[in-house]
Amino acid sequence: MITMDLLAIDLAYGLEKLLLIGGIITVSLIVAMYTTYAERKVAAWMQDRRGPNRAGPFGLLQPVADGLKLFFKEEIIPLTSNKTLFVLGPALAMVTAMLTSAVIPWGSSINIFGRDVSLQIADVNIGILYVFGVVSMGVYGIMIGGWSSNNKFSLIAAVRGASQIISYELAMGLSLIALLMMTGSLSLKTIVQQQMEGGWNIIYQPLGFLIFLICVFAECNRTPFDLPEAENELNFGYHQEYSSMKLGLYLFSEYVNMFISSAVVSTLFFGGYDIPFVDEAALSLSLGANTVALLGFGALFAKILFFLFLFIWVRWTIPRFRYDQLMDLGWKKLIPLALANMLITALVILWLNK
Amino acid sequence: MHINEILFWFLTALALFSAMMVVFSKNPVHSVLWLIMVFMAITGHYIIMNAQFLAIVNMIVYAGAIMVLFLFVIMFMNLNAESEPQKSKWMKFAAVLSGGSLMLILIAALKDNDGFISSMRGEGSIGLIKNLGKVLFTEYVVPFEISSILFLSAMVGAVVLAKKESSTIVS
Repeated sequence: MITMDLLAIDLAYGLEKLLLIGGIITVSLIVAMYTTYAERKVAAWMQDRRGPNRAGPFGLLQPVADGLKLFFKEEIIPLTSNKTLFVLGPALAMVTAMLTSAVIPWGSSINIFGRDVSLQIADVNIGILYVFGVVSMGVYGIMIGGWSSNNKFSLIAAVRGASQIISYELAMGLSLIALLMMTGSLSLKTIVQQQMEGGWNIIYQPLGFLIFLICVFAECNRTPFDLPEAENELNFGYHQEYSSMKLGLYLFSEYVNMFISSAVVSTLFFGGYDIPFVDEAALSLSLGANTVALLGFGALFAKILFFLFLFIWVRWTIPRFRYDQLMDLGWKKLIPLALANMLITALVILWLNK
Repeated sequence: MHINEILFWFLTALALFSAMMVVFSKNPVHSVLWLIMVFMAITGHYIIMNAQFLAIVNMIVYAGAIMVLFLFVIMFMNLNAESEPQKSKWMKFAAVLSGGSLMLILIAALKDNDGFISSMRGEGSIGLIKNLGKVLFTEYVVPFEISSILFLSAMVGAVVLAKKESSTIVS
């Protein structure tokens, strides 16, 4: 009887997590889909054009039409390519883009039928390191895709992309060390809770935030760091030989990456699901804990949408770097800056604790 | 069977199979990718042993950074079956002999070790980041600092070598 009970609890727990994972993946995909639409609309707005406006009201069905087009196109696998790896590349890109969402706290817990359901898939005590681990895996999607295409432009683009991601990972890690020295925890949930009490981290770490943001742009291969897909030099970049939905997955994983990294930036520096200027504990007494949790999720979502807009805004404002400029910025400017930031933070913490 | 046990056997089988494939693959790029699978399986083992920090560092450093560099080099060397240098028969024989004796020593060393098995049950907490950090920065602080100086000197050495190369090309 006891074992049956244990099994039942485990089943409910598993079901709860499964539903959460499904929900988060669905939301990420839908947001990524509409980011492509937003990108075109915002670009049009900035360049005084109309943008997509034929499919559905205000062109809202445009991403659906694009997706269907990609699905129905002919699937071409080049004869000289390495077939297994050619298929593995886009799959890996998509999977690694999604994996990070597991440790992000999407909200505090909500209460359904007497069960406290945490809106975070896994609250591991190495949360932020897990993010780094998955990011470092993301290189393989690009490299495998570029190499297995058996095309020199793809290979050059893949190597560019990989070396760019590795270079900026360093500055990213160093800029975060300063933040971690302040919080004293690697768990993203703890970091959010500390920010709810003591103010957002952006106030204490403006330089760290700036470095982190620049590195996020580079990790996502977004302009001004989109060297791997520089059309004028490399035709189409590492996914040149891809067609149909495999190309779609590569393009799509970029947008999923943008969404997830916006979530990471909001969580680390902008209080995550913290509603600004509001005391959540007092509010939950008058509105109920569930409503406040949902409002918190809304607040996080608003922050994410702002960062997605920032990504698009920067893309249509700043031209692309040259490759040596990119490496210069990463190695000679951002890393020393991040180190200085780390030292200053350490000194201030020592001085305050004395 | 406990879930940890099932996971342990699955990961062990995966690690061994991938390790075999590293050796048997004809294509060096495939070998590197199988080696990444080995590291992933070992990461899984660390998680079973409740050593989350080691697990994730293993993933970032080995599966992430070092294997990417391997992949870089191998992709650029354009290795294939035709250009592969063939070793002599005696060389192969010596390699099998030395590899086999290493395996024998490893088996002999680990055969009677009970602590190894008990740590597989996920009860230890030494691998958690707090405990590991405390041990590293109190008991083992001198070796830790010395090894970091070693890394620094390696880094400086690499930069010096790279500088030398470029200056001769320019002049």
